[in-house]
Amino acid sequence: MMTLAAIAEKLGLKVLSGQSGMNRQVTGGYVSDLLSDVMGHAQAGHIWITLQTHKNVMAIASLKDLAAVILVTGHQPDEDTVLQSNEEEIPVLGTDLPAFEISGKLYELLKT
Amino acid sequence: MNQDSQSMHFEYNVEGGNFSRAGYASSEIKKLLKQLNVDMGIIKRTVVGCYEAEVNVVAHAYTGTIYVDLNTESITIRFQDEGPGIPDIDQAMVEGFSTASSKVREMGFGAGMGLPNIKKNADQMKISSIVGKGTTLEITMLLQ
Repeated sequence: MMTLAAIAEKLGLKVLSGQSGMNRQVTGGYVSDLLSDVMGHAQAGHIWITLQTHKNVMAIASLKDLAAVILVTGHQPDEDTVLQSNEEEIPVLGTDLPAFEISGKLYELLKT
Repeated sequence: MNQDSQSMHFEYNVEGGNFSRAGYASSEIKKLLKQLNVDMGIIKRTVVGCYEAEVNVVAHAYTGTIYVDLNTESITIRFQDEGPGIPDIDQAMVEGFSTASSKVREMGFGAGMGLPNIKKNADQMKISSIVGKGTTLEITMLLQ
């Protein structure tokens, strides 16, 4: 298993919020923009890759005990998303890459 | 809150239309079940059902109340809302069917997966609705 900090460094992810949660352990990932899909299928410790930026993303991340959220293609979190991310210590990370590319890189990194 | 050694009762309000608070009650229920040392696997399934049901109230109803009843054998959670109701429950249960607004869909809700998700995760689920009055959804999680 890898920590978020190690993954962020290797994939060049920006920490957009929730810095204090960067020592979380990552068990895998899930890619979806449908909230119920994530609710139904993501597992604790997963990184969630999405383009949704609103606060409900953090509600789901917290309820599902996810490790972090990666926002793709340069999307920025809403203000109240940042606040909840900091409060829950669940980081929101950012990349300029599209979901397909960052998912591939994260998969490569975690599969060993 | 009523509490004795055999059973406990809690209530939470849900505000229709207020997406910034969606998930708040589910989060409180999750904390409560953790404090009570409920099995983690049961908590996880309960949380999925609670969140979906809470979001349904937020997305479709005007107001709602969540009633949580716990005893040594089961957790029963009733979501009772005042809202438009569901004209055809069988149709609402079909995966992919949704009446959510386009605004709600753009946020990633309204994929028609909510009720099927609840059914998959709850040990028992009951739903009843009166058009023009509201909907009551009850999920039961068995502890033994």
